[in-house]
Amino acid sequence: MFKNFFPNKIISLKYSIIKKLLILMMLIFFVALAFALFFSPPDYIQGETVRIMYVHVPSSFIAISCFAIIGLASILNLIFKIKIMPIIAKSLAPIGSVFTLISMVTGSLWGKPTWGVWWVWDARLTSMLILFLFYIAYIIVWKLISSYQTANKISSILAIIGLLNLPIIKYSVDWWNTLHQPSSITLTSAPTIHFEMLIPLIIMLLGMVLFLLIIFLMKYKTELMKIKLKTGNKKY
Amino acid sequence: MFVKKVKLRAIFLLSFLTIISIIIFLILKSLEENVVYFFSPSDIYNKSNISFNKKIRIGGLVKKNSIITKKTSINFIVTDYKNEIIVTYNGIVPNLFAEEKGVIVEGLLNDKKYFVATTILAKHDENYMPPEVASSLNNIKN
Repeated sequence: MFKNFFPNKIISLKYSIIKKLLILMMLIFFVALAFALFFSPPDYIQGETVRIMYVHVPSSFIAISCFAIIGLASILNLIFKIKIMPIIAKSLAPIGSVFTLISMVTGSLWGKPTWGVWWVWDARLTSMLILFLFYIAYIIVWKLISSYQTANKISSILAIIGLLNLPIIKYSVDWWNTLHQPSSITLTSAPTIHFEMLIPLIIMLLGMVLFLLIIFLMKYKTELMKIKLKTGNKKY
Repeated sequence: MFVKKVKLRAIFLLSFLTIISIIIFLILKSLEENVVYFFSPSDIYNKSNISFNKKIRIGGLVKKNSIITKKTSINFIVTDYKNEIIVTYNGIVPNLFAEEKGVIVEGLLNDKKYFVATTILAKHDENYMPPEVASSLNNIKN
């Protein structure tokens, strides 16, 4: 499977494949949104506001996992000097930052009717904002530093430091008192979310992951082509 | 030669990460009081250095049958099942404010048992379920 992400495979990636993925994604979203907006029940306390969760939770999950991949790719990049790693990381950063933004916006749209405030400086919300700033800094480093080698090094170190923020985000709700509620879905115990709500949530997550994959493939291909143009036809 | 270089880089990166995580840990540890968004009634009970003229936040559950609504103010008790604090508030409470549900109040302590709130936030817990399920769960409980 990993071979499919090799540069020459990606560069010859045809648009028809992306188109097929797009159609699949639309189908999944159609089902997911139908469930999320119409067929799933309202919550016993929050009422209809709970439907924001179907966007908020998957986008937060993707925002965090995206940065985890960027961080791991940066570690492999610094230690083993694997040449495709920085390109993978670089291609994931914009989409990850957008998902972080979606997570924060939907979160505050939910927070106003539920908590009574748009934003508070509790540990979960603040660490999520820090993640967003890391994404922005990561993108800016690539944009502003013209030397590829320098940008590569600085951005990798930045991503590795940002990696340490991820467990803080994850466990902030357990380590400290926060306004944000603890996780409903954990590996160790049964989910505290009713299955009628859990199923649309999972389908929604599936659709968003597919969306992430499509955008990533397109961006990754563009980045590879840019490098190919710059370096001529040298083997990468 | 190559392997040695890789090893060196791995060790360097590992020690770098360890140092940074220790730094972050120490910073968070020393800022514990500020990272915590609210104190529980028991925290207040056990605290020795409370400033009565500084805004703080207290969180817990609204005690059952403790809400008293007057013309312009509302009184209720915040509890963590060990200690309690009486809260008084002038204003409109959030929609999700209810007995036996989580609440966070912001304001000033009069003394360790009495709190004057300026803001009330409703805290939602991690349980999500349809109303029918919740009412049938309630029936089982009673």
